Amino acid sequence: MSAPGRKLSTSRFVILTIAGAATFLAIWYGAALTGAAPPQFLPMPHEVIARLIRLIWVPFAGATLEQHLAASFARFAFGFGLAALIGVPLGLLMGRFRWLDGIVSPVFNGLRFVPPIAWVPFAALWMGTGIGGPVLIIFAGAFPPCVINAQRGVKFIDRPLLEASRTLGLTNVQVLTEVLFPAALPSIIAGLRISAGLGWMSLVGAELIVASSGIGNLLVKGQSAIDASIVMAGMIAIGVVGATIDIILRWLQNRLSHTP
Amino acid sequence: MSEIVFENVQRIFKHRDSEFLALDQINLTVGEKEFVAIVGPSGCGKTTCMRMAAGLEFPSSGSVKVAGAAVKAPGPERAVVFQQFALFPWKTVYQNIEFGLRAKGIPAAERRKTIEYYINMMNLRGHEHAYPGQLSGGMQQRVAIARAYSLDPAVLLMDEPFGALDAQTRVVMQEELVRLARINPRTVLFITHAVEEAVYLADRVVVMTSRPGKIKEIIDVKSVREAERWDEHARIEDVMDQESFVNLRTHIWKSLREEHGTSAH
Repeated sequence: MSAPGRKLSTSRFVILTIAGAATFLAIWYGAALTGAAPPQFLPMPHEVIARLIRLIWVPFAGATLEQHLAASFARFAFGFGLAALIGVPLGLLMGRFRWLDGIVSPVFNGLRFVPPIAWVPFAALWMGTGIGGPVLIIFAGAFPPCVINAQRGVKFIDRPLLEASRTLGLTNVQVLTEVLFPAALPSIIAGLRISAGLGWMSLVGAELIVASSGIGNLLVKGQSAIDASIVMAGMIAIGVVGATIDIILRWLQNRLSHTP
Repeated sequence: MSEIVFENVQRIFKHRDSEFLALDQINLTVGEKEFVAIVGPSGCGKTTCMRMAAGLEFPSSGSVKVAGAAVKAPGPERAVVFQQFALFPWKTVYQNIEFGLRAKGIPAAERRKTIEYYINMMNLRGHEHAYPGQLSGGMQQRVAIARAYSLDPAVLLMDEPFGALDAQTRVVMQEELVRLARINPRTVLFITHAVEEAVYLADRVVVMTSRPGKIKEIIDVKSVREAERWDEHARIEDVMDQESFVNLRTHIWKSLREEHGTSAH
């Protein structure tokens, strides 16, 4: 018996990973082969992979898979970047100045419980289906963790550091950029990871409804064509891109936490 | 002039419904370029005195004035050395010292000269680009002292700066501080609970009572030091061997012990 939380050796970890994936595929194949689900709704794994690869060469719904992903990623980058650019400084300032926290918090806390997908009709009405609507929805998903984590990062800063800042006569800009920001950075990066995940998921939701291109739109067109293999290939692509974004941010997080 | 003047200072701390008197009837003048140490039992409010001079806390009644003006906020003309160093961990030794100088708007070339001067003085050469986390406690405190001195402050406020150091490092730092105080005298308010440290460093030692903190007595060390020529001894242990030193130390110990009950540090 192993103690809870004990670290697995790398080889064991690899074996378990393979075992998990194999079990998943076995159930999938089992369901497809026994006819438990009709083949037109549940294609076999290798068919989905083949379809995924074919989508890279053969356009569907007006674009190839990578063109759809590029369109989605551009929207994501725009919305997520905007959320980080506004949310992080706002959170830092809210952590620093209680009066700002007092002004922003009631509105912020009211709005942040509106799920990103609930912004869709509003976004469609106001911003249309171009870049504006989807960006607003990603922003709605990605913004709250940016603010919350930046604010929390400031709240837990060592008090003597703030006092030292004041006795050194630092300017407000210096305090914000060279004291609060670096102090809160680990918390900010953790927030950005959550934010990116939520933003990416919100985006795909948004594209199902308000976009005429992108990976979400590909899913909708696949559904209309009653082509389950396209829908599932699209889902795999979404998962892979989302996981890649998270891996990049996690790498950044580790790198930053190792600098003294 | 850069005197620190405490006039009838009282400090009341409020905690929910109850309040308690932390400091009472504090009347003290730290003269221009005078080194005054405050000793007292823990919780006597000695750190609060320093923090009021720094502008980090304020008296409930009475006034704290520096250079004739009531203290309203912290400022670089009153540099503070904190017990826990308070260095910015993401900045190098050089950048930590430079930070306040940049805020003052001092041009880069002049900054470099000032920083190098204090890096040499505090024996930090070779560690300019190290981060605080890579340095020992003694070295970190030397950085903090260099950071404070480099601002060329009229007043230096030190809150148990050697309290977190081991005994050997502490002795070295005390000797360095005395050396620095001779080269570059400032108005210093030094908080400590170590009696020998206070007698060794200060011109005058203020002994405080425990709650509420009041000034019990003020001992003139400077006249004894000059009469007995302590400064002819470079090493702290030689000074501490002097009969005059022992007498002062014992006197303050006894005075503190009356406050403390059983043991004075």
